[in-house]
Amino acid sequence: MIRFLLGKLAYLIPTFIGITIVAFGFVRLLPGDPVLLMAGERGISPERHAQLSAQLGFDRPLVVQYLDFIGGLFQGDFGTSLATRRPVLGEFLTLFPATVELSVCAIILATLIGIPLGIFAAIKRGSAFDQVSMGAALVGYSMPIFWWGLLLIILFSGILGWTPVSGRIDLLYFFRNGTGFMLIDSLMSGQKGAFTSAVSHLILPSIVLATIPMAVIARQSRSAMLEVLSEDYVRTARAKGMSAWRVVGVHALRNAMIPVITTIGLQIGVMMAGAILTETIFSWPGVGKWMIDSISRRDYPSVQGGLLLIAAVVMIVNLIVDLLYGIINPRIRHS
Amino acid sequence: MKFAQLLAVSTLAVMAAAGAHAKTLVYCSEGSPEGFDVATTTSGTTMDASSDAMFNGLVEFAPGTTNVEPGLAESWDVSEDGLEYTFHLRSGIKFHTTDYFTPSREMNADDVIASFLRQGDPESPWASYLPGVTYEYYSAMEMPTLIKEIQKVDDLTVKFVLTRPEAPFLANLAMPFASIMSKEYMDKLEAEGNMAALNSEPVGTGPYQFIAYQPDAVIRYQSNPDYFKGVQKIDDLIFAITPDPAVRRQRLEAGECQIMPYPAPADIEALKSNDNLTVMEQPGLNVAYLAYNTTQAPFDNPEVRTALNMAMNKQAIVDAVFQGTGVVAKNPLPPTMWSYNDAVEDNAYDPEKAKQMLADAGVENLDMEVWAMPVQRPYMPNARRVAELIQSDFAQVGVNVSIVSYEWGEYLKRSTDPERKGAVILGWTGDNGDPDNFLAVLLGCAATGDGGSNRAQWCNEDFDALIQQAKVTTDQAERTRLYEEAQVIFKEQNPWATLAHSNVFMPMSKDVTGYVMNPLGRHSFEGVDIAE
Repeated sequence: MIRFLLGKLAYLIPTFIGITIVAFGFVRLLPGDPVLLMAGERGISPERHAQLSAQLGFDRPLVVQYLDFIGGLFQGDFGTSLATRRPVLGEFLTLFPATVELSVCAIILATLIGIPLGIFAAIKRGSAFDQVSMGAALVGYSMPIFWWGLLLIILFSGILGWTPVSGRIDLLYFFRNGTGFMLIDSLMSGQKGAFTSAVSHLILPSIVLATIPMAVIARQSRSAMLEVLSEDYVRTARAKGMSAWRVVGVHALRNAMIPVITTIGLQIGVMMAGAILTETIFSWPGVGKWMIDSISRRDYPSVQGGLLLIAAVVMIVNLIVDLLYGIINPRIRHS
Repeated sequence: MKFAQLLAVSTLAVMAAAGAHAKTLVYCSEGSPEGFDVATTTSGTTMDASSDAMFNGLVEFAPGTTNVEPGLAESWDVSEDGLEYTFHLRSGIKFHTTDYFTPSREMNADDVIASFLRQGDPESPWASYLPGVTYEYYSAMEMPTLIKEIQKVDDLTVKFVLTRPEAPFLANLAMPFASIMSKEYMDKLEAEGNMAALNSEPVGTGPYQFIAYQPDAVIRYQSNPDYFKGVQKIDDLIFAITPDPAVRRQRLEAGECQIMPYPAPADIEALKSNDNLTVMEQPGLNVAYLAYNTTQAPFDNPEVRTALNMAMNKQAIVDAVFQGTGVVAKNPLPPTMWSYNDAVEDNAYDPEKAKQMLADAGVENLDMEVWAMPVQRPYMPNARRVAELIQSDFAQVGVNVSIVSYEWGEYLKRSTDPERKGAVILGWTGDNGDPDNFLAVLLGCAATGDGGSNRAQWCNEDFDALIQQAKVTTDQAERTRLYEEAQVIFKEQNPWATLAHSNVFMPMSKDVTGYVMNPLGRHSFEGVDIAE
């Protein structure tokens, strides 16, 4: 197992180096210049432009800027935002709990609904349930997130008044020095109604963010289950007179879950992409919305530092998934 | 036991009473501030969250106008030669007392001097107190070359000595970058090695004081109990950051906030028809224009420019693109600006005559570029659509237009290139309500050249002489006359096609009273009340 882990870690190093290059290069490949955007319609003289670029260090060769970026990383310095002039790592850590809270709720929701849906669809293959649920999954997979979020807000918050429109908690509640996880902070505060308010604010964004992963998980669960159900050992189990639920629940499920866990792991990366839109529409103060703002401002340090940190999170999650995979399926770690 | 019960009941009663009296106003703001030190930014969102809520200047714009009125200075004298401005400060002004700072003295001349020196003195530790910090407005308003020195006459008297007479100087001092900060607080932060806190834990003299900022989510303020213009009726002011206009509308309608800026144009009718809401509306202090490159043939000929302006059906363009949220522009100044010359007549839409004029000028089969910016701006909802309509209008007079666009930063840069071809769509929103801020910035000779804001590259000696003279004249009636005359020259020469002035909308709950729209496009909640 340790060798397996070390092998995985060794693989991460070149990936990480690659990501630093992509993160650094991405925002610089986009046309646009933060100094020009700052000056706006007023314009800026070539001398002042040169002066500001020099002050921000953009006049140096790209290689030097890149090495500077890497050198900073070794000292835990991810750079300083051009807009807020705060350290990028600090900005990320302030906003990251909001994204984690939303993503965890969404992935739990997607898993709790997606897996049973896929399994039942597999067991009842070809039935109306199978066709309707897989049709719904296809629609969910193709859902334009922005439109879907606004539709839910208009329906459930605007017309029915069941859920709040946006934000993380009612503005009545305010916690200083919290953990950044609103569910935990609201519970710890002991303020009446705070926790319920935090939960009600999570409902719509979780549904929106869970929609695509739910569809993927349901389809993956269905096809994995179908494959396992046609295996010899399932037939043997049935032949031995085991109940249908025992065959599915004990023998088939564990093996069918292996590819599903991989899928769930991969959905974490997809979710970071979904979070960008979901956070913007629900005024959710997470890293997705922060990235969008930083890209539109061409805030180079925030974009490169933020992308790197997000990529690191995705890589760590994938590593954990790989390890889980190894635990569930011994063949993987021994191969 | 009885005592405990009594205590509990009375505590609850006090809390209920406090709850009933604590008035909260929630503003669904459009974005996150970059920080709270307003001098370091050019962003309107940051100005709303910092200077308008928490700070005062020596002078200020009277609510709803661009007229300069006393702020922290109760009066001022200007020397005969226009080179010395002496401000007499109010006594008894207190800076905010917060969790992180308790002032030991009242505001005085030292605070005023420190607030300017930190921006103007490159040797000041505040010149680089944040990584990459710049004081863009201080430089853009030419303060470094304008202010010769600032003298402390006594504790409550400050004298600004200028290098040249400058009529817009007072209006400049009413701008956010000239907000007065506490020197005592700055010194404390410097001594503690915690200078960056000036940008995150602000201390001002304004109507509201800072409580907390949760990045990208909520800014909280409370009423300043010592505010010199009177304690606000709103106890708690909250900015709920809501970037999407459709979501802001939903929050307003659901009562999650009571007031919001920048509604989506498509939502305005629906918001107006909601019985619980009021939609305030005001012409913006802005202009959208099409600037010809007047240094290049055939656009160097005023006849050609006038002919093209006459070929353009501006009313149809404004109707189609602004959909009732804008009016056709005839002058480079917006109609709400003093010295707007209403006597100027716009070139009438007359494609036949335009065709004839082009032929007379020897222009045939003209191919030209029209640049359309890729972004929405407060003065322009859809530049691409405007360019397409111009393209079709110009085709009627035999001019073939190709539409050009670049990424916004590139667009801003390339449009200042003196070699740029054709004409470029752009616009401007006023900074300080002074005509100089439009005419000199956008059309003055000094603003031509690479990187300048005179995108027409138009340098007319007569026009420039008038605006230069107006800049050093302190008599407002005389300045008005000079600017009116300058607008006549502008119309004869037509370096631009003036396109439109857009309106600004502010939807709010009917419970909100006392809100005054700011012609400079900012949002202040001073004097606002809310029915309980």
